Amino acid sequence: MTTFALINVTLLGILLATALAIARMRALYEATMLAALLSLVTATLFVLLDAVDVAFTEAAVGVGISTVLLLGVLALTRSWEAVTSQRRRLPGLLVVVLAGGALVYASQDLPAFGAADSPVQLHPVTDAYLYESQDEVGIPNTVTAVLASYRALDTLGELVVVFTAGLAVLSVLGPLARPEQTRPGADFHLADYRVIRVITRLLLPFILVFALYVLFHGEYGPGGGFQAGVIFATGAVLYGLVFGLDRAQQVIPSWALWLFICLGLLLYLGLGVATMLLGGSFLDYDVLSPGHPETGQHLGILLVEMAIGTTVSAVMAMIFFSFASRGASR
Amino acid sequence: MIASHYVYWMLFAVMLTGLYVVISHANLLKKLIGLSVFQVGVFLFFISLGKVTGGSAPIISPDIQTYSHPLPQVLILTAIVVGVATLAVGLALAVRIFEAYGTVEEADLIARDPAQPASGLTAADDDAGER
Amino acid sequence: MNPVELLSGVLLGAGALFVVSGGVGLLRFPDFYTRNHAVGVTDSIGAGLILVGLLLQPISWQTAVRLLIILLFMTLTSPTAAHILAHAARRDGVPVWHEGYRRR
Repeated sequence: MTTFALINVTLLGILLATALAIARMRALYEATMLAALLSLVTATLFVLLDAVDVAFTEAAVGVGISTVLLLGVLALTRSWEAVTSQRRRLPGLLVVVLAGGALVYASQDLPAFGAADSPVQLHPVTDAYLYESQDEVGIPNTVTAVLASYRALDTLGELVVVFTAGLAVLSVLGPLARPEQTRPGADFHLADYRVIRVITRLLLPFILVFALYVLFHGEYGPGGGFQAGVIFATGAVLYGLVFGLDRAQQVIPSWALWLFICLGLLLYLGLGVATMLLGGSFLDYDVLSPGHPETGQHLGILLVEMAIGTTVSAVMAMIFFSFASRGASR
Repeated sequence: MIASHYVYWMLFAVMLTGLYVVISHANLLKKLIGLSVFQVGVFLFFISLGKVTGGSAPIISPDIQTYSHPLPQVLILTAIVVGVATLAVGLALAVRIFEAYGTVEEADLIARDPAQPASGLTAADDDAGER
Repeated sequence: MNPVELLSGVLLGAGALFVVSGGVGLLRFPDFYTRNHAVGVTDSIGAGLILVGLLLQPISWQTAVRLLIILLFMTLTSPTAAHILAHAARRDGVPVWHEGYRRR
């Protein structure tokens, strides 16, 4: 068994054990921490499977944002789960056994893991994305090239989904849906501890600069708009957790967040309309720089990544502030 | 067969664990956590289809010959972000449900919902049956 | 095998040893605060030794700079995390284990 297979099996074993532990765990705070562990092991597995951009996103999103949101909600609701009766368990087990049997039976037709001659690898689009993209788009990170240029319409759809989720959370938990009673602010802030205050003040500028670095460097290495947006939002969440929600909402007011949510999406759509007005099709970046299509592609990808970063960071920060202020107003 | 497909089967096990949690457990928050577990299994399965043995990440550099496929990674990148967006909406709805009904357990919700015919069964009865 | 490779291997092995000892401590220690200390060891010296061992491998200077930055951030954040966990537990009233208590 090669080293790679050994590491693979070990990590997959840890993944499976964590998933089973989450299923058994009735204490939901502990289940949330196990879910964060699951996301970390998944990020490591993604690196093993050569998906570094995806590992980056999973580590930032799955471990950071998901865990914070779940912990916030558990503080607002009950954190223990009732015992699942036998009556409820049987249908689930039946479905799982049948689905598992069908999946294993169907998986016999799947190509061997890592095969270089599978239909996925032999498809002509592989050469187009890996090699022709170097002539047409000219950036080394082919994942960013495909995400922001070849399949920019899919990414626009994804940005609209994030925008809609932000709208949904805002309408369900936002200022228009606030219950009437308010409660005086907490008597205790994390900022009362000097160590945490100093370290947070030291780290915050680096977190924000790192977010910008990831945004602009996404063409040459792992990174891009989504990861940058999530890292930026994590900085805002850290500030809110340590220095209190009131101060965080003074520094980043709600109207600014709403403005940035809309600005990112408008920039993306505006770019598409601009390329149409310049004579190309929707989101065809070649026409942005007439005579130099590669420069046009670079410019288009940069603008698109900035739009994504803006909207995603504003939406994630706004979702966190909505959950946190719901707890504060109870 | 095992040596070439063990990755798929172990990931199916992860997916099915998440599916079991979504179907069987009655707590809304536990269902959302189970959904995340299911998603993780699906993402890993999808990306494992694009992996080439001996390849490297699809970032073109002059001294590497084989690359893993970039397209599954693009699709899963999108899927991860969409997944966390839906998790956020689901959690927001769970918070409002808790504020309206005082519980996030399905059996109690059905019992307390004024639109439903009262079935008389609650999660407390399930506990009694379990003992 | 030249001395730099040997030293790198020794450092990586020592780092792995500290990480394993942190894991064993997490399972075997009787009390929250002692377990917190064990995991703090994993995060700070275990990760630190592994990172220094990796620095001695044949890598480009860009990778070396990135490893140094990671080392700096781990030195800043892992002790802070252990510190705030202990403070939070103390505030919450998690009891300290004494001789003769059962394992908490």
